[in-house]
Amino acid sequence: MSAQDEGRLRRLWWGPEPEVAADAGHGQAPPRVGFFTDTSVCIGCKACEVACKEWNAVPEDGLSLTGMSYDNTGALGASTWRHVAFVEQQKPLGGQQARVDHSELDVLALARRGSGTPVAEAEMTPTSPGRDGSGELRWLMASDVCKHCTHAACLDVCPTGSLFRTEFGTVVVQEDVCNGCGYCVPACPYGVIEQRPGDGRAWKCTLCYDRLGEGLEPACAKACPTDSIQFGPLEELRARAAERVAQLHRDGVADARLYGEDPGDGVGGAGAFFLLLDEPEVYGLPPDPQVTTRDLPAMWRHAAGAAAALLGAFALAFSGPRRAAGRRRAAGRR
Amino acid sequence: MSEAGVTREGLTGRRPGREARFGNGMNGPAGRHRRPEGREGERRGGGARAEVVPPAAFASYYGRPVIKPPSWEAPDIAGYLFLGGLAGAGSVLAAGAELTRRPATARAMKLSSLTAVSLSAAALIHDLGRPERFLHMLRVLKPTSPMSVGSWLLAGYGPLAGAAALSDLTGLLPRAGRAATCAAAAFGPAVAAYTGALLSDTAVPAWHEGHRAMPYLFTASAATAAAGMALLAGPLAENRPARRVAALGAAAELAAARTLRRQAGRAAETYERGAAGRLMRLAEGLGLAGAAGAALLGGRARPAAALAGAALLAASACTRFGVFHAGLASARDPQYTVRPQRERLAAAG
Ligand code: SF4
Ligand code: SF4
Repeated sequence: MSAQDEGRLRRLWWGPEPEVAADAGHGQAPPRVGFFTDTSVCIGCKACEVACKEWNAVPEDGLSLTGMSYDNTGALGASTWRHVAFVEQQKPLGGQQARVDHSELDVLALARRGSGTPVAEAEMTPTSPGRDGSGELRWLMASDVCKHCTHAACLDVCPTGSLFRTEFGTVVVQEDVCNGCGYCVPACPYGVIEQRPGDGRAWKCTLCYDRLGEGLEPACAKACPTDSIQFGPLEELRARAAERVAQLHRDGVADARLYGEDPGDGVGGAGAFFLLLDEPEVYGLPPDPQVTTRDLPAMWRHAAGAAAALLGAFALAFSGPRRAAGRRRAAGRR
Repeated sequence: MSEAGVTREGLTGRRPGREARFGNGMNGPAGRHRRPEGREGERRGGGARAEVVPPAAFASYYGRPVIKPPSWEAPDIAGYLFLGGLAGAGSVLAAGAELTRRPATARAMKLSSLTAVSLSAAALIHDLGRPERFLHMLRVLKPTSPMSVGSWLLAGYGPLAGAAALSDLTGLLPRAGRAATCAAAAFGPAVAAYTGALLSDTAVPAWHEGHRAMPYLFTASAATAAAGMALLAGPLAENRPARRVAALGAAAELAAARTLRRQAGRAAETYERGAAGRLMRLAEGLGLAGAAGAALLGGRARPAAALAGAALLAASACTRFGVFHAGLASARDPQYTVRPQRERLAAAG
């Protein structure tokens, strides 16, 4: 194998892989697309959840109250392809204050002016830290989705070839092929894909494969009123995200960080990545996910070693002369 | 899905994580993103001191798991792990017995392997969400998917095990039968070993972290089971190799299980607690008792050999169910996903 081939093979396995669609056999692939979910502007309206269910005809999967803030969806799953997380924190965000005296404020005059204080002149914006660091509550909301990993464990382990890489670089299940073996479910490092009870097959976000083919953006991105969910070519989204996080840092939101945008991370970079305001695990995301197949070469090596050891042990057990005593004793008893 | 509710008796279905501290307990020194110190201190009561003490808390989303545990049924999949191992290692034992002229043992093991592999196939198909599509397993061959490789292995091994047993039983085509016996013995170790990769190639912490030891544990357990079956079903005069395999298998199983736990890091706890812990301890006890019984009395008395054999079979089954349940427990608790990943990030700086 030439050094070049070797490099290619390693790229397919693990690490940055710039041409996912081409590597999967799509010649002339369009640019890879994805989502950039900027949670700093999410208002928790769940329009994405609804739009996804409607467009993809995803069945109802339980109407109940969970006791987890406004999140009654729970988690991503077979019948939840967008999930809005709600986190309540005792932590300053915008320095909101209770019992403020508004008696001096002429709201009508304010309204006539057309807008409140221009941002540049404002003493504080919804995202600026409290002056004394003593804000009371911040409410984090984040719309989660399948990450459409560069190295997708679900796809790697699928034995039927039901999961495949599309020409857009996304990861999609073929419902007419999936036999419900369930291997993809524990393989996903984010707990995204799941088998649907009663149906048996595995389901997850398709990044609206049908809409992409028609040149439309996915339903959730279309429905998001704040553009918290942005759809587009991955390269462009990454540039936009870098700019946004820098802007937030300038504005004093030190907590802002990107999650999943780095092609050098454990899944080779996610096709759907996020801007978060706290550690990933606070939103139920793994802090350092790794594609499990990264270690598969080692697993096969050890499996081969174990198989050889098994053969060796039996060879040892059957070797050597048969002890006559045992046979005689047994024969005597007969 | 649901869960919390207010009833006359009080709150029901409260989430364990509901009262958990938000914001990662490791924000300060360990997290990638440092925050201004003063604020941190207020939230955690002494954030500055947390610089030296490894933080005990971890953050999660209402205590919910990060990854999805497999929806596999324990009797199907853990049962398959046991039966597949018994079949695979049993075929090696059958070939050994045949080549060293121990015909009764050879026949018993061929029959046992055929039965075990048939039950394995039934369990695997039964566990599918769409059993009628089981043939889709052979649509492609993917080396990145241990399940795909395993399906092809079983597709090759099953008919060979069947041919070996049928030829022995009927006396037809003895040459072909012997060839099938030897070929099944060649496939057998692979059938017994690949399941280690099958479980490890997931995001389940207790399985993935132990991926180096898992195949060894599984082949050792397979050898134990096969030896147990030979002691149980084979005549006394022929069981010396089985007694040796029993000793080797039980010792290797013990050692591999220890190594696995060491490799599993924090998730090792899941092998020691609850149902998994009980099963793993039972497996150790039964394995030691079975091997000792086989070594001391297995060559002398038929009932002792049978009893030792049954103990060894049970030990192997307990190991498989124990490993299975440890995996489920480690997947259900977010700490086994979050904390090792945090520690990895901290170590990487
Ligand atoms: S997030 Fe999970 S389901 Fe989505 S592509 Fe990655 S591994 Fe597959
Ligand atoms: S459940 Fe379906 S999609 Fe998932 S690994 Fe099995 S065949 Fe592939």
